[in-house]
Amino acid sequence: MRRRNVLLLPLAAALPRLAFAQRDEAGGDIRIGLTPVFLDDQVAFLNDWRAYLEARIRAPVRFIQRGSYREIVDLLRKGELDFAWVCGYPFVRHLRELRLLAVPLFRGKPLYRSYLIVPTPDVRTRSILDLRGRVFAYSDPDSNSGYLYPTYSLVKLNERPSAFFGRTFFTWAHRKVVDAVAAGLAQGGAVDGYVWETLQKLQPQLTVKTRVVDKSPEFGFPPFVARQSVAKPIFADLQRALLQMSGDAEGKALLQRLNLDGFAAGEDKLFDGIAAMVKVVDAASHVAPA
Amino acid sequence: MLRLRDLSFRYKIPLRGSVLVIITALAVTVSLILREYDELKQDLIANAASLGRVLAKTLITPITHDDVWRAFEIINSPFQASPRQNAQQEAEVVLVLDPRQRVYVSTQPNQYPVLTDPGRINPDFYAVDQAAASYKEFETRSVEIPDSDKIYVVTPIVADGVLLGTLVMGYSKNVFLPRYLAIAQRAALVTLLAMAVLIPASWYWAQRFAVPMVTLARSMAQVAERIPDDDEITVEESQDELGQVGAAFKRMVRELREKKSLEREVMLSERLAAVGRLSAGIAHEINNPLGGMLNAIDTFKHHGKVDPVSARTISLLERGLLQIKNTVAALLVEAKVESHPLTRQDIEDTHTLIQADAQRKHASFEWEDDILDTLPLPSTLVRQILINLMLNAVHAIEERGRMSCHVYRDSGNLHIVVRNDGAHIPAERMEYLFEPFSTGSNNGREGGHGLGLWVTYQIVTQLGGDITVASEPGDTRFSVRIPMPLQNT
Repeated sequence: MRRRNVLLLPLAAALPRLAFAQRDEAGGDIRIGLTPVFLDDQVAFLNDWRAYLEARIRAPVRFIQRGSYREIVDLLRKGELDFAWVCGYPFVRHLRELRLLAVPLFRGKPLYRSYLIVPTPDVRTRSILDLRGRVFAYSDPDSNSGYLYPTYSLVKLNERPSAFFGRTFFTWAHRKVVDAVAAGLAQGGAVDGYVWETLQKLQPQLTVKTRVVDKSPEFGFPPFVARQSVAKPIFADLQRALLQMSGDAEGKALLQRLNLDGFAAGEDKLFDGIAAMVKVVDAASHVAPA
Repeated sequence: MLRLRDLSFRYKIPLRGSVLVIITALAVTVSLILREYDELKQDLIANAASLGRVLAKTLITPITHDDVWRAFEIINSPFQASPRQNAQQEAEVVLVLDPRQRVYVSTQPNQYPVLTDPGRINPDFYAVDQAAASYKEFETRSVEIPDSDKIYVVTPIVADGVLLGTLVMGYSKNVFLPRYLAIAQRAALVTLLAMAVLIPASWYWAQRFAVPMVTLARSMAQVAERIPDDDEITVEESQDELGQVGAAFKRMVRELREKKSLEREVMLSERLAAVGRLSAGIAHEINNPLGGMLNAIDTFKHHGKVDPVSARTISLLERGLLQIKNTVAALLVEAKVESHPLTRQDIEDTHTLIQADAQRKHASFEWEDDILDTLPLPSTLVRQILINLMLNAVHAIEERGRMSCHVYRDSGNLHIVVRNDGAHIPAERMEYLFEPFSTGSNNGREGGHGLGLWVTYQIVTQLGGDITVASEPGDTRFSVRIPMPLQNT
C-alpha cells in the first residue's frame, strides 16, 4: 500500500488533470463540509490540507464552509456534501443518515470537554449558577460543547435554560465565544475546550482575557461523518488518508497546525454521552412550555 | 539690570521683527484652528451621520433576530476596517440602545455592559436620551453636550416605521487635537522659516539703521572732550531723517570748531595785548627814572673829580642802566616813529643784510621781491619785520638748509611770507610764541633777547595787520599781512 502511494505520487503531481479526470468520471469532486468545531478561519491552512488530501486520495477535494452547523448538516443530508466535520450533537441527532468516518485525537484521545468561561476580571464566578440574569454567549444551537452541555447542566440544576440568563446570543463559532467573553460583551460563555486550548497556543493574548470556570466531563470529539450514500471506495480512501495523516511528516505538520494528534476510526458509542444529554434536554423542553 | 528700552537698536529691531512675526503667526494659526474646528466638526458629523445611517440599516436584521453577536460585529466593523488610517474620524464609543434605552450592545461592553442603563454610567446619555426622545421624525441628529468632551451622533434604527433601537456614536473632541497639532506644527515651521529669512534681514536693516546712530552717538559723546575732525564723523549721506541728523551734527561741529578757534584767537590776541599794555606801562615807568639816572651819571662824569674806584663803579652802573634802557626800548615798540615811505630799495637792503648770515650757513636762500613802487608804509618798521623774521629763519635752519622770503602786494595789503625747513615749532609752544621772553621765540638762537617775535607782533598789530604761523616738520612759515592806508593808494 505504502509502496503504491510512493509510485503514484509523482504521477499525480505530474498529471493532476488526468488524475482528476478519472475521478470526475467516477463522481466529481469530493465535497467536505467544515464547521467551526475547529479554527476554520485559517485559509492558508485549508489550502495546504486540501492539497495534501488530494495527493493522497488522487481526487479533487473541495472544502465547503457555512455560517452554522445546521446548514452543513442540511447540505450533507440533502446529498450536496459527501463528508463533513461536525459536532457530536448533530451526529447523534441524525445517526441514521450519517456514517462515522473518523474521530480526531486530541491529546491522544478522541475526547474533549466543554469549557465554561468568564471574563478574566470576573473572579467571583464559581459555577454557571453565578451567571443568573447575566449575558451569556453560546456558540451554535447545534453545538454540544457550546450549547447542549450548558443547557443540560441548567436542566440538571432544575433551572429553565430559556429564562436563566438575562440575555443569550449565538456567535456561530467557538472562537467568537472567546472573543465575546474577552471583550466583555458576554459575562459568560460555553466553548469547545479543544478550541480554547488551541487558541491559548496560537493567540494567548486573547485567551488570557478569559478564565475557565468549569470543565465538563469528556465527550466524543467532533467527528468527521459521511452521508450514508457515499461510495465505499471514496469513503475508504478518505478514511485511510485521515487515519494515515499522523504517519508522514507532511500530515504530522498539518495535524500540528490543527493542534491534533491524529485520527481514529472511532465508534458510534463514543457519542452515547451526548445522546443521553439530548434525551434529558428534549424532555425538559417538552415539559417547559406546559 | 538690562531693560528692553536700554537695548541697542541692533537687537531691538530684530527682536521687534520677531515679535511681529510670532504675533502674526499666532493670529493666523488661531484663526486656522478655529476654522478647522468648524470644518472638522461638520465633516465629522456628516461622515458620522452617513455611517450611522448605513449601520442602522445593517443593524435591523440582527436586532430583529436578536443576534447580539452580529450587532457587535457590525458596530465594530468600521473600526476594524481601517484601524489607523482614519483614526481622527473614529468613534470612541458606539452604542445600540433598545427602545427602553438600555444598552443592547456596545463597542465597549466592559464600560457599557449589555442591558444596563448607559445614563447611570455616563450622564451624557441622559441628555442623549432626551435629544433622541424629542425627535418628531426619525432622523439622524448630532448632540453636543456642554461640559462634555464628546459629540454624539444619534441615529434611530427604524424598520417599517417602528423604532427598534437607537444607534449612538460618541466622538471625542480630542480627535481634533492631532489636527490642531499638525496645523500648529506647520505654523511653527512656517514661522521659523519666516524668521530665518526675516531675522537676518532685520538684523541687516538694524545694522544699517543702528550703526550710523551708534557712530553719531559716539561722535557726539566726543564733543564733550574735544571737537572731532570732519573725517572722524562718519554719517549717512542721505536725505532721510538719519542723514539730516548727521548733516546737522556735522554743521554743528563745524560751527563749534570755528567758534572755538575764534575764541582761541581772541584770547591769544587779548593776552598779547594785555602783555603789551603791561610791558609798555612798565617801560614808561622805568624810562623816566632811568633817564634821570643816566643824566645824573653824565653830569657826575663831567663835573666831579673821580677816583679810580668810583670811576669803575660809575661805568658799571652806566653800562647796566644802558642795558636796561635797550631792553625797555625793545619792549616799548614805538610805531609812531617818523619814517619815509617804503621803497623797493628798503626791502632789497634787508636781503643784502641777511644774505651774509645765510651764506655762512651755506644755506639756499630763495628771495622774491614783487614790490616795484613806493608803498605808503613806514619803511623802518617793515624793514624791522623783515629782518626779524629772516634772522629767525636763518637761525632755525640747519647747515645747508633752505629758507625763502617772498614779499608781494595785493590791492590793499603788503604780504610777507618767510619759510624755513628747520626744526618745526611744537604745537604746545605755538600758543606762547609771540610773548616776550617766551622759550619758543628764541629757540635754538644764541644771544637773542627773546623779543624778536614779540616786537614783530607788536609792530604788525600796531600797523593794523596780522601775523600767522604754520609749522610742521620741514616747513615753518610766518605770514604777515599789513594793510596800506587808503588815502595814499
